[in-house]
Amino acid sequence: MIEIEGITKRYDATTVVDDVSMVIEPRTVCVIVGTSGSGKTTLLRMINRLVEPTSGIIKLDGADNRSLPGYELRRSIGYAIQGHGLFPHRTVAQNIATVPVLLGWDKVRIKARVDELMTLYQLDPEAFGPRYPHELSGGQQQRVGVARALAAEPNVLLMDEPFGALDPIIRTKAQEDLLAIQKRFGTTIILVTHDMEEAVHMGDKIAVMDAGKLVQYARPAEILAKPASAFVETLVGASERPFRLLSLGRVRDAVEKGSAEGEAIPGDASQRDALAELLWSGRPALPVKGADGKPLGRVTVDGLVKRAARPA
Amino acid sequence: MNIRFDKLGVVIAAISAYAAFAAPFATFRANRIVPGQARSILEALPATIGALLLAIIVVAALIALFRTPLVLRLAASVVALAALALLVGVAGTFLTPAGNTFARVSPASGFWILIFAFTLLLADVLTRLNLSPWGRVGVLVAASAAIGLLLISGSWNDLSILKEYANRADSFWAEGSKHVTLALGSLAAAVIVGLPLGILCHRVERLRAGVLNVLNIIQTIPSIALFGLLIAPLGWVATHVPGAAALGIRGVGTAPAFVALFLYSLLPVVANTVVGLAGVPRAANDAARGMGMTDRQRLFGVEFPLAFPVILTGIRIVLVQNIGLATIAALIGGGGFGVFVFQGVGQTAMDLVLLGAVPTVALAFAAAIILDAVIEMTATKRRVETA
Repeated sequence: MIEIEGITKRYDATTVVDDVSMVIEPRTVCVIVGTSGSGKTTLLRMINRLVEPTSGIIKLDGADNRSLPGYELRRSIGYAIQGHGLFPHRTVAQNIATVPVLLGWDKVRIKARVDELMTLYQLDPEAFGPRYPHELSGGQQQRVGVARALAAEPNVLLMDEPFGALDPIIRTKAQEDLLAIQKRFGTTIILVTHDMEEAVHMGDKIAVMDAGKLVQYARPAEILAKPASAFVETLVGASERPFRLLSLGRVRDAVEKGSAEGEAIPGDASQRDALAELLWSGRPALPVKGADGKPLGRVTVDGLVKRAARPA
Repeated sequence: MNIRFDKLGVVIAAISAYAAFAAPFATFRANRIVPGQARSILEALPATIGALLLAIIVVAALIALFRTPLVLRLAASVVALAALALLVGVAGTFLTPAGNTFARVSPASGFWILIFAFTLLLADVLTRLNLSPWGRVGVLVAASAAIGLLLISGSWNDLSILKEYANRADSFWAEGSKHVTLALGSLAAAVIVGLPLGILCHRVERLRAGVLNVLNIIQTIPSIALFGLLIAPLGWVATHVPGAAALGIRGVGTAPAFVALFLYSLLPVVANTVVGLAGVPRAANDAARGMGMTDRQRLFGVEFPLAFPVILTGIRIVLVQNIGLATIAALIGGGGFGVFVFQGVGQTAMDLVLLGAVPTVALAFAAAIILDAVIEMTATKRRVETA
């Protein structure tokens, strides 16, 4: 659990982060969204003390984050940034091993962990381990960056626009991979982004920041349904709102009785994908199948349209 | 097949034609200080050998002139250079009257221009072959070995520069080692002081402009003036600091030469350290801090290795510069190859000047090739990320 209590950061006269308090539950993904200059990155960097706050306290599992020297604290927290920040003079395996080496793990344990992470990220340790970062594609570099951040099995992972430099297709894949790995390791992730789409997709909770202040901190559905201010409403994007709301739900939860013609859609696809498919193919209903291929029922345009409406 | 000219080859062919037919190949003098008489290739060599050399030059120049395969061009330049090197020794023996120890034969402008022309051809071929760093060092070693063999074999012994050497064999090696010690020692001192200073300048922004400006100003002081300026403070140190004189610190001699070379070396070392460290990708630095490296770990593990090729470039500049500048040390009794240069100037004996100048140039050239190779080897592994 991460408790942020009354955190403020001032540079001379400018207040970058202004009295922010929030609690991040363990094993959840918290996305901090805001425009550039909103203080979201500074807030993130105060958690692992790359930036020291002017006032306020941050507690990790109950302990003040100032009870350890900064570098020791940072070794226990994963850190991944935009443009990945891989060390160009070290091989992929050496890059991933950075924190374990700093922590003084023995060689066998380091090698085992590096191989495990590389395999998890679909990079063959034999083929990619000895390569240098510039020999990899952008997507591969990003995966190595996240693998490096996770190397020492941290409970908390801080990510500053980790997918910012990726093209849309690789970005979607990277987001899915991250969610899968988060579930597997139970890591608490705090992710900074300016992309509301990414926030709604990734976050268990979303923190919206504007001019240093925390404007709203809530579940995605609530942010979409009840934006706390005009700023949040703009950020959500009025024209995108219904579709983003649909994207939070699974088809399984919108199934109606009956049947329909044509290719079935899997039950764990998002309701937004289902609506898109209906609109595109010009049909009023789609059959739905479960993970085992059995028919579950159908989804209809009317049913989905009702779900896309503002919740009462 | 249409015949096409090689651009550089046109230049090489033109200057070698001038050098072979219009310029003197060797100079003959009755003794070491009288003005010399020019001798063309045919006059300086026995008839058949002279004709053979001319033929080699003409063929090699033609190969250079047209677009020919690289291997052929390589062979042409090596054969021409080897023939020139061997036959200039033959000219020395041929032109010196038997038993005459006063007469001096030295290579003249035609010889030097031909050497220049075919070295140019060789350098062009080697560049186009795109040799690996080890390959280039290998070529340097082979060339040095060939020159060494010629020297040992005695085939150049009748040339004036080696006659000057024969008279000064002992002091040549003593001054040579002094020269190298001065150049390398001041470089080592500059690295020991300059690296930390550069790191400090990188970390403390307020220091940077000041330090670099001071070093810039030092760099603009003419070397002779700097020696002069150092005489007073070092003389003071020698008389007032106990033990300083025993260490060889005096107003004139090796000490001021060493200090001056050290001061000149600081700017390239410090400036390249600053530039190199500034060129470390921000993201890599941020990631290093974010993952819990201490400042020291970040400096030695990330910043320094990434800045290393740039710092090495600074060290290369300093080494080549120092090997040249150390010549001036002789002016204030600091020793080195400059001793022969200034003696030669004083006696109007150009051969003696060459005895000091040629090894200096050869040393600087070899240092440049070796360090370039080292820089390339360190840089290939540490290519800066493109993403």
